[in-house]
Amino acid sequence: MAPDGSAKAITQPVARGPRGRSPGVSSLERLARRRSSIAFLMTLPLILVIAGLVAYPAAWAIYLSTLNRRMRANIGFDNYLILLESESFRMIIWQSCFFAITAVLLKALIGFWLAHMLHHIPTRGQRKWRGMLLIPWVIPPALSTLGWWWMFDPSYSSINWIINVFGFPSVPWLGQPWWARISVIMVNVWYGAPFFMIMYLAALKSVPEQLYEAASIDGATSWQRLRFITLPMMQNIISITVLFSLIVTFANYDIVRVLTNGGPRDTTHLFATYAFQVGILSGNLPRGAAVSLFMLPILAVAAFFILRGVTRRTKEIA
Amino acid sequence: MAQVSLRKLVKEYEGGVQAVKGIDLDIEDEEFVVLVGPSGCGKSTTLRMIAGLEEITSGEIAIGGDVVNDIPPRDRDIAMVFQNYALYPHMSVYDNISFGLKLRGFTREEIKRRVDNAARILGIGELLERKPKALSGGQRQRVAMGRAIVRDPKVFLFDEPLSNLDAKLRVQMRTEIKQVHQTVRTTTVYVTHDQVEAMTLADRVVVMNHGVIEQVGPPNELYRNPATIFVAGFIGSPAMNMIPARLEQAGGGGLMVQLGEGLSVPVPEERTARYAPHANRDLLFGIRPEHLTEATRIDKQNLAPLTVKLDVIEPMGMETLVHFHIDGTSVCGRVDPAAGAEAGVRMALAAHMEHMHLIDKGSGKVL
Repeated sequence: MAPDGSAKAITQPVARGPRGRSPGVSSLERLARRRSSIAFLMTLPLILVIAGLVAYPAAWAIYLSTLNRRMRANIGFDNYLILLESESFRMIIWQSCFFAITAVLLKALIGFWLAHMLHHIPTRGQRKWRGMLLIPWVIPPALSTLGWWWMFDPSYSSINWIINVFGFPSVPWLGQPWWARISVIMVNVWYGAPFFMIMYLAALKSVPEQLYEAASIDGATSWQRLRFITLPMMQNIISITVLFSLIVTFANYDIVRVLTNGGPRDTTHLFATYAFQVGILSGNLPRGAAVSLFMLPILAVAAFFILRGVTRRTKEIA
Repeated sequence: MAQVSLRKLVKEYEGGVQAVKGIDLDIEDEEFVVLVGPSGCGKSTTLRMIAGLEEITSGEIAIGGDVVNDIPPRDRDIAMVFQNYALYPHMSVYDNISFGLKLRGFTREEIKRRVDNAARILGIGELLERKPKALSGGQRQRVAMGRAIVRDPKVFLFDEPLSNLDAKLRVQMRTEIKQVHQTVRTTTVYVTHDQVEAMTLADRVVVMNHGVIEQVGPPNELYRNPATIFVAGFIGSPAMNMIPARLEQAGGGGLMVQLGEGLSVPVPEERTARYAPHANRDLLFGIRPEHLTEATRIDKQNLAPLTVKLDVIEPMGMETLVHFHIDGTSVCGRVDPAAGAEAGVRMALAAHMEHMHLIDKGSGKVL
């Protein structure tokens, strides 16, 4: 909202009230009329929401992570140190990073490929394809994961049935660590790729056609147009989509919870599912909080670099 | 450098709309040809077909003697300047200009030499590190031209390159484009809807309308001897006056143009033979504003007196435009600022009949 517009909108009703009562303007009214006060008042609801739903829980989580299991004594960073010393948690750090990076990369690649395909379908046919390809993203993941879980089922797996038809042996989808990891990533990619697709499609549509025409006159092949025009022009959208997806994927809970519940032998646990297991199921809330807070520095570093690049490019180009 | 020739060139869009209806045109080596016409006349489509950005429905385009119908834009050895410049926003000016050379595998030294040379010609040497966002409209225009020049292509194509600039800059860039052409002498095809641009830049002007070529010729030739009513009305500002008239026989074998209200002007003697077959027909009498002047200039032959009541006068400084009506048709004349033209007052004007045109209403042809 424009500061001017908002200021005017608020000033009038405030000015109307106490004018008749006193010849001078009360200090309270002066304060209320000040532009900075008005700005503050208008953002107050948002500040309250952020304070209540973000700052307070975050601060509480940090505080919680410094308590002992009974939450009676402050034990400093012991929870973190214990976690770092535990081999299974180190595996979970590695798993979370592997899961998030692989899944985001695949989602980005598949999303880009789908967006490109869609972009070249004439507008009339494009809508229905766009709609159909978005379906995975609009179904609640807990539900769709149940469908996948059924398709991966050791006894009734429809995927295995198809594989068998072609003469290959059944795959223990959720039974072996690596197959389970691949399954979780596959479902996450299936669920998340449409989001990338729709973001990239919007980005593709925003690249002026004349840049491609100029490039093809300059001598660019279609691959060179992609490399020197499309990708650089989409870089900001790509960065922001990757960052957003990285955050959501790192914090993924529902897919793992429904599909493998962290198994077999904790080999598919992520920060969120492990935090739930430690904090809620095993009743060690402080340590669960410490687990979930491990995501913070990793994501903060990624966000810092990605957003810095976005800001720089925006200044130069837009 | 090369000639460009178009043979029976047709562009038909889906749904059967013909944007270009079979045009023929030969552009000489080193020639500067301007395609001009109103929007939708097919001029840009023609240019884009030459560039290879638009598929040809039928006909043939040859550049330097080679038919290029099925050759992609990158292999046609052409360069194009777009209306909105189409600079790559993520590249510096240097990278924008050198992009085509880089793709074609030129060495770093050669690229630098060529970019520096183009930058010198266009005076953009100090802008090479900037991004397009940090450039003014005129500077962007120069960069777009630089991108074309460095490639040293066979043909330059310009698609309304000045329409995004303000009036003053447009005049300045017009001169610069002409200067650049005089320096590099590359065959140029230039599209514009602005007849002034067409007149000032072109070696030859191609006037297009409704997908066909109305007339091709040097600017002055088009101005003096338009072939059709469209060219007559399109070229020149203010536009040529077209007054409904009747060509009548006069005594002594002469011809008179009857403009209504008992107003008639004699046809010059040297034109009587040309117009005689059209006697006693309703035609359009065409005369440019500068050939309707104040009567004090009567010192030459073929001046026909014309006294009219002026409706509006527009002083332009070097001349004054006077507007009046002849038989319901609005007419514009150009008089000397000192001639004392005044709105609402009758004024003696003179028509310079040696510059008159007669236009057939049905065919639109200038007789």
